[in-house]
Amino acid sequence: MTENKEYKVVGTRPIRHDGVDKVTGRALYGADFQIAGLLHGRVLRSPHAHARILSIDTSRAEALPGVKGVVTAQDLPSAEDRIADLGEGAVNLKHLCDNILASDKVLYTGHAVAAVAATSPHIAEEACKLIDVEYEVLSPVLEVRQAMEPDAPLLHETLKTTSMGETADEPSNVASHIQHTLGDPEKGFAEADIIIERDFVTGTVHQGYIEPHNATAHFNQDGHLTIWCSTQGAFTVREQVAEILQYPISKIKVVPMEIGGGFGGKISVYIKPVAALLAKKTGKPVKVLMNRTDVFEGTGPTPASYIRVKMGATKAGKITAAEAYLAFEGGAYPGSPVGPGAMCIFAPYSIENVIIDGYDVVVNKPKTAPYRAPGAPNAAFGSETVIDELAEKLGIDPLEFRLINGAKEGDRRADGPVHPRIGFIETVETAKAHPHYTAPNGKKHHGRGIASGYWFNIGLESSVTINVNADGTINLIEGSTDIGGTRASIAMQAAEVLGIPAESVNPSVVDTNSVGYTAVTGGSRTTYATGYAAYEAAQDVKRKMIERAAKLWEVDVSNVQFEDGLFSSINGKEEQISFRDLCGQLSQTGGPVVGSGTVNPGGAGGAYATHVVDLMVDEETGKVEILRYTAVQDAGKAIHPSYVEGQIQGGAVQGIGWALNEEYIYNAEGTMTNASFLDYRMPTCLDLPMIDAVIVEVPNPGHPYGVRGVGEVPIVPPMAAIANAIYDAIGIRMTELPMSPDRLLKAMGKI
Amino acid sequence: MRDFAYITANTVSEAVTLLDEKGQSARILAGGTDLIVQVREARRDVDWMIDIKSIPEVNVLDYNADTGLTLGAAVECYKIYAVDEICDAYPGLVDATKIIGGTAIQGRAAVGGNLCNASPAADCIPPLIVLNASCVIAGPNGARELPVEQFCTGPGQTAFDNGEMLVSLKIPAPANNSSSFYLRFIPRNEMDIAVVGAGASVTLDDAKQTIVSARIALGAVAPTPLFAEEASALLAGREVSDAAIDEAAQAAQSIARPISDMRGTAEQRTHLVGVLTRRALNGAIQRIRDAA
Ligand SMILES: Cc1cc2nc3c(=O)[nH]c(=O)nc-3n(C[C@H](O)[C@H](O)[C@H](O)COP(=O)(O)OP(=O)(O)OC[C@H]3O[C@@H](n4cnc5c(N)ncnc54)[C@H](O)[C@@H]3O)c2cc1C
Repeated sequence: MTENKEYKVVGTRPIRHDGVDKVTGRALYGADFQIAGLLHGRVLRSPHAHARILSIDTSRAEALPGVKGVVTAQDLPSAEDRIADLGEGAVNLKHLCDNILASDKVLYTGHAVAAVAATSPHIAEEACKLIDVEYEVLSPVLEVRQAMEPDAPLLHETLKTTSMGETADEPSNVASHIQHTLGDPEKGFAEADIIIERDFVTGTVHQGYIEPHNATAHFNQDGHLTIWCSTQGAFTVREQVAEILQYPISKIKVVPMEIGGGFGGKISVYIKPVAALLAKKTGKPVKVLMNRTDVFEGTGPTPASYIRVKMGATKAGKITAAEAYLAFEGGAYPGSPVGPGAMCIFAPYSIENVIIDGYDVVVNKPKTAPYRAPGAPNAAFGSETVIDELAEKLGIDPLEFRLINGAKEGDRRADGPVHPRIGFIETVETAKAHPHYTAPNGKKHHGRGIASGYWFNIGLESSVTINVNADGTINLIEGSTDIGGTRASIAMQAAEVLGIPAESVNPSVVDTNSVGYTAVTGGSRTTYATGYAAYEAAQDVKRKMIERAAKLWEVDVSNVQFEDGLFSSINGKEEQISFRDLCGQLSQTGGPVVGSGTVNPGGAGGAYATHVVDLMVDEETGKVEILRYTAVQDAGKAIHPSYVEGQIQGGAVQGIGWALNEEYIYNAEGTMTNASFLDYRMPTCLDLPMIDAVIVEVPNPGHPYGVRGVGEVPIVPPMAAIANAIYDAIGIRMTELPMSPDRLLKAMGKI
Repeated sequence: MRDFAYITANTVSEAVTLLDEKGQSARILAGGTDLIVQVREARRDVDWMIDIKSIPEVNVLDYNADTGLTLGAAVECYKIYAVDEICDAYPGLVDATKIIGGTAIQGRAAVGGNLCNASPAADCIPPLIVLNASCVIAGPNGARELPVEQFCTGPGQTAFDNGEMLVSLKIPAPANNSSSFYLRFIPRNEMDIAVVGAGASVTLDDAKQTIVSARIALGAVAPTPLFAEEASALLAGREVSDAAIDEAAQAAQSIARPISDMRGTAEQRTHLVGVLTRRALNGAIQRIRDAA
């Protein structure tokens, strides 16, 4: 571990390698992709939230001039057949396939039903209108508590609740129940001088990435399938498409184009298998694009939830017990992030007695997908609001309250793991010392709120190859799609090892045939794990270069030392050569040097954040104006501080949107009425102050430079921080998200 | 999006003849910031798009302190707020032109297009109403004039007969000691459609204490923008006071017939009519008092 070590490249702010192409519009995204003979695909989507498909007649669409092929679920390998083969797992496979193209039932408005390939996108669109689908419309269930009622309409006749290893007899919309316990909650609550219990409701929100999903698929004559697309992980696309199409991964190549945002929403596949089906049917390359409404209605948002939190503390401010009930909407199929929500909810605190119950519940909304720290923001909205109320009732400063109870190395999380070295306390101390926290905040209807958050981060597999060039530069080959500046943060770790400037690294994100297996850009893992692989690959290069220097000087490798980009001979000969000059000697010393590194590291190291927000409430209109925002976060080690700050700012901003205005608004039939950026109100730059990002560095022992993932945790605290600030401003505890103007007016009794 | 024909009309009569001939399948294209979006999203079927931007009369922007403003139907928002005299004379209209969309949209969007699209939430319509604007309409049977408050007949519906188009808007010269103000409520600070909009114009006496006359108009609280006639009338002759303004605000609230939708609830909108009417009236009065 590398505390307080001085680095040459790590910690500096070079220009990102992909920056110029992106700001000048030259970077190639999936929608830009062109190939001879290209057809255009469009997907027909369900107008109903819940209906049985009685029949689909595609003949009128097929007859439209320019239409080259139409596909439905009939064109997918039958998932039913595979139930017998695979047992339990096949149920999930059916869910996976049905979400791509509905077979027997549509389960949400926007559910894909059929797709058309035609010579122009407009013809494909018109052809979709000519597909006749006969539906038997069923009542939708649109809210988690409603879906849990015994008499609620059932989405899946075969879904039965699994609860800690047991499966229920009767079908239900509750897919699973999990529970974590620590200590003796009953005893803990008995020891408390004060107990606060509150209910919370959060809305369905979307990641809102700028670039809609896209995919172009093409089959070679010999059956090799290539897919060009926007994704957070080319290898996961390969796996999912292989599974859905029952096609070998060896025959699928996925080429990741540049990606215009994902935030977790570009891991699951939607139109990629559809493009492949259309390409197979027509024998031509087919490009399928989504529009914004498709994205809102047909891809995974993060779920609405109902949360109950109960916490007790002593007069001295020590939390004695905590209890949480988390019911999360999975959307149309099981798979809500209630698990991570349960892992994170009390993780900032050292609490001896805890019980957490989590429920994954299906409703007639799109199947949820990950979104930045999935599950944790919902959970923290509840717990961090209750923490604020406890501190307030006990007359203890909220940051002081966190210092009293804050989790440290060696404390156990309720779900089991023991914290390694973590930096929560440091974020609280830094927030407390920040001029924002001590600035006056006395004006009428102005309020200040704080909240903290945790995200565990993940490791997983990454591979990097480095090719050494004769001019002293290196080509770094990686499989991590670059969403937030990771070409730079990965390249910099290799550069540090080799003592070369970041600009001497030429990073390329390549397809699945051209680099070793690499897991998704997600879980805040990329700078950590792919950076780790780059470090290892650079170490490999360094070892090989030392061998070359030894050969050049005819000494033993043990007599060659490498420091600051310079190889030197020790013990005898007075020889020196720079990395760059040695690169020029490769062909004379044995040929090319290629280094490789592969990792699957276990020590991702959790991340903590503490946010401070000042805001103003217009008590006549209920509108909240964010005035000042400070986000403190432990980055372990900030490889490229600008991109860490960018992640912190972006997470905070998405949290502000989630807190104040973002939500899926449904009509009684279960159709989203605000499926556009006009009415799905994400914050614009006029709605935000500059977000002051403050980086704290408590190195992660699980990484050579101490890196912790930084991308997700900044979205965890904002909702509660804003709710706590609203309370400070107007004395009302808001417990429902979003805290939109109409809800504030209602809470203030104005309407 | 399905195919359509694009035609440039060079004269009013050419445009009117085309409109008359093609009927419902033809639409006038001004800035296109409503029309093209609607066609792309399949919310409107159009076979003929008649671009009027080459017609001289629809590009007129002429202000005269005695006779007032002639505003061609296709004049873009940004041209209006670039003229200082217009900003001084009709600040309420300028308020609206500065908040439509953003800079890019304002470079294309016309006030005439905003009116002819006839959205209940259109930002320019309440200020046009309070400024006593009238529509100059050309049609197969010649020209006619119509007060703006009578122009919209329902969401997206107008008083146009077959073959008619808007040539220009006429706004009388402002009276002494008068001003206007428009504001809307949106949950964000840009890129939203008004949850409620309110415009007011006020004329004060020379002492700037008594209201000589006032006009109030509301957006997004009924199928069309509303002229709040009674609320306006009850201010005439009143001393400027919170009580008078509250009364007018309540009268304005009483004519609101809002719906609940994804942009806001009916109760919220009715409440906001009161808030915004007060703010619009106070804003106009403040402008009169601030003027030298
Ligand atoms: C991103 C974005 C943001 C927007 N924000 C706002 C906003 O904040 N507030 C707001 O009120 N609107 C907003 N709009 C809507 C739109 O920009 C305005 O309504 C604009 O003023 C329309 O003017 P236009 O010249 O573009 O009209 P066009 O789209 O050309 O025409 C609009 C309609 O009027 C008809 N028409 C136009 N001119 C005539 C004429 N002379 N005679 C007869 N019929 C005619 C057309 O056939 C069409 O039906 C926004 C639009 C976009 C795309």
